[in-house]
Amino acid sequence: MAAGRPRRRDDLKPQALRPKEATPSPLAGESPAELRRLLRDMLLIRRFEERAGEQYALGKIGGFCHLYIGQEAVAVGSMAALRPDDYVMCSYREHGQALARGLGARSVMAELFGKATGCSGGKGGSMHLFDAERRFLGGHAIVGGQIPLVTGAAFAIKYRGGDQVAAAFFGEAAVNNGAFHEALNMAALWKLPAIYICENNRYGMGTAAERVSAIYDIAARACSYDMAAETVDGMEVLAVRDAVARAATRAREQQVPTLLEVRTYRFMGHSMADPIHGHYRTKEEVEQHKARDPIATFPERLRAAGMLDEEGWQAMEADVAAEIEDAVRFADESPDPEPSALSAHVYREA
Amino acid sequence: MAEVTYLEALRQGLREEMRRDERVFILGEDVGAYGGAFKVTEGFYEEFGEARVIDTPISEAAIVGAAAGAAHMGLRPVAEMQFIDFISCAYDMLTNYVATARYRAGLPTPIVVRGPCGGYVRGGPFHSQNPEAAFLHTPGLKIVCPATARDAKGLIKAAIRDDDPVLYFEHKFLYRRIKEALPEDGDLLTPIGKARIAREGRDLSIITYSAMVWKALEAAEILEREDGLAVEVLDLRTLVPMDDDAIVATVEKTNKVMIVHEDTRTGGVAGEIAARINERAFEWLDGPVLRVTAADVPLPYAPTLEDYVLPQTADVVAVARRLAAY
Ligand SMILES: Cc1ncc(C[n+]2csc(CCOP(=O)(O)OP(=O)(O)O)c2C)c(N)n1
Repeated sequence: MAAGRPRRRDDLKPQALRPKEATPSPLAGESPAELRRLLRDMLLIRRFEERAGEQYALGKIGGFCHLYIGQEAVAVGSMAALRPDDYVMCSYREHGQALARGLGARSVMAELFGKATGCSGGKGGSMHLFDAERRFLGGHAIVGGQIPLVTGAAFAIKYRGGDQVAAAFFGEAAVNNGAFHEALNMAALWKLPAIYICENNRYGMGTAAERVSAIYDIAARACSYDMAAETVDGMEVLAVRDAVARAATRAREQQVPTLLEVRTYRFMGHSMADPIHGHYRTKEEVEQHKARDPIATFPERLRAAGMLDEEGWQAMEADVAAEIEDAVRFADESPDPEPSALSAHVYREA
Repeated sequence: MAEVTYLEALRQGLREEMRRDERVFILGEDVGAYGGAFKVTEGFYEEFGEARVIDTPISEAAIVGAAAGAAHMGLRPVAEMQFIDFISCAYDMLTNYVATARYRAGLPTPIVVRGPCGGYVRGGPFHSQNPEAAFLHTPGLKIVCPATARDAKGLIKAAIRDDDPVLYFEHKFLYRRIKEALPEDGDLLTPIGKARIAREGRDLSIITYSAMVWKALEAAEILEREDGLAVEVLDLRTLVPMDDDAIVATVEKTNKVMIVHEDTRTGGVAGEIAARINERAFEWLDGPVLRVTAADVPLPYAPTLEDYVLPQTADVVAVARRLAAY
């Protein structure tokens, strides 16, 4: 029986999934303060996630928790190109986007702890962060579910005559879901100001993209909808920022959507329940990608360009550490939600 | 006799059926090389190869649809939903199409759609659901909900051999928490449509299924110890077709019945059971048919709230005492 034999692409090596040119964008002409801010945002996510992993091991965080370690440049680069009045919606791997969008380490950590002070009042947890004020439409724990929702947000923007954009973040495994195709077709047909940011970290939970995808060049899928598309180096924060900025301009000025395939890599297991390697990828492969770790390479480049000195870097680390420490303490000391909160908001309160 | 967990029992059942019948194949997300999100199919890829243990894209509608199409052609697919919550992505395929295929066209669709259901694991609103009531309402689908390791094995084997589509809801809280000695040889089959008396009693009956069987048994212990009550626990095992005779028999025996399920209350399975008791055994009742269920809210993540929403042993005890007082 040959039912459903997955297609094998022997030429597909991890490197082949990287964009052809991985040359970093030039730093000349950039504002050093802005670059240091991007670095700090990435560092905040990294240290936050490390602590979240630790707190999970201690039993302070429960359920299913997906860390963003390795992908920081994608969230930070993207948010840097978006305006505060734009809209963002994510998958369940959204701690990084939430922090980069400015939700605050305290309210995100408290949500992971299931506390009343969390951004979703403790009702959502890791996969359901939400903040109306920051137009962060939330994490979505159904793979691909956020993609049509962002199409709808973009529809509303256009309907009201606004010049905002709506951006969706999702993994490469989501593009094989009907929701992706249906939503992108609509967005292209109706010419909506949407940006579809596919974070291609090569794996779904424990299955490589090429085992479940007939074509693995995700940007190429945009052809089906006659949609603009780009492949972006997701280990390069400025490359991500610039690509999202181009997509945002296209959306604001011409009211057309863009599909961005951002090639990145997750350094941790799929969730806290999974090992980092084994079964589906080797330790060597993980190590090889860590060589491009944005938290290591970006400060290196800033140093080389004279935009960051050792003292500045140490101060940044200390500052971030203090912020995380404060967030953990805040989450730990915050009250549990009251049982009376339970039935609130099932329907509109009278 | 070797002690096996609920999860291992399920795995044994799947493995035995795959060895027995080469029409049986498994498809689902990460079920192959990775061995499944909860490792139910660990080792299968190595034993049966990639032609029979198939890693699918995240495409629930197409997973169920493709399974159904292959079943029409004579194969016996077992489709895994990585979490049973995602079965709603295949709701159309199951309810509009699969459930009606035999009725409309005389087409058998011998598929099993299985996956982990249930809470108590801090999974939050999209990773803790118990969707049985939605499908209970759809004629044409069978539904099984094993509570024990023996039935985890017996029901998966029976489901695979059944000529109709079977939804197999396995409880993720039970996966590694319960163990049972099972015979190593022989065909262990649990008949679909047959309930099981998990504990004999004469004072009142708790009708339940899946993980709630264990809460009911705990409650029964407490009620015996502290109140001297002999509580009968009926484990339904199958929801469709429902074992009406077993339900009526326990009503006739104890005259007081309560129903416990983990799913939310309104429109839940308990309402249907209560109606059946009303229709078939009303004159045997000495008290109202009471329910212990989850509250009618989406399942919150916060541990304090989750514990509050979901049925706990103490809730079962309290309602049983109220019922016993009639
Ligand atoms: C509809 C649906 N099917 C399956 C799952 C289970 N699941 C959660 S994450 C995941 C893999 C997703 O991979 P990808 O989209 O690449 O995102 P990543 O986790 O790599 O960020 C799967 C199968 C789900 N949450 N929703």
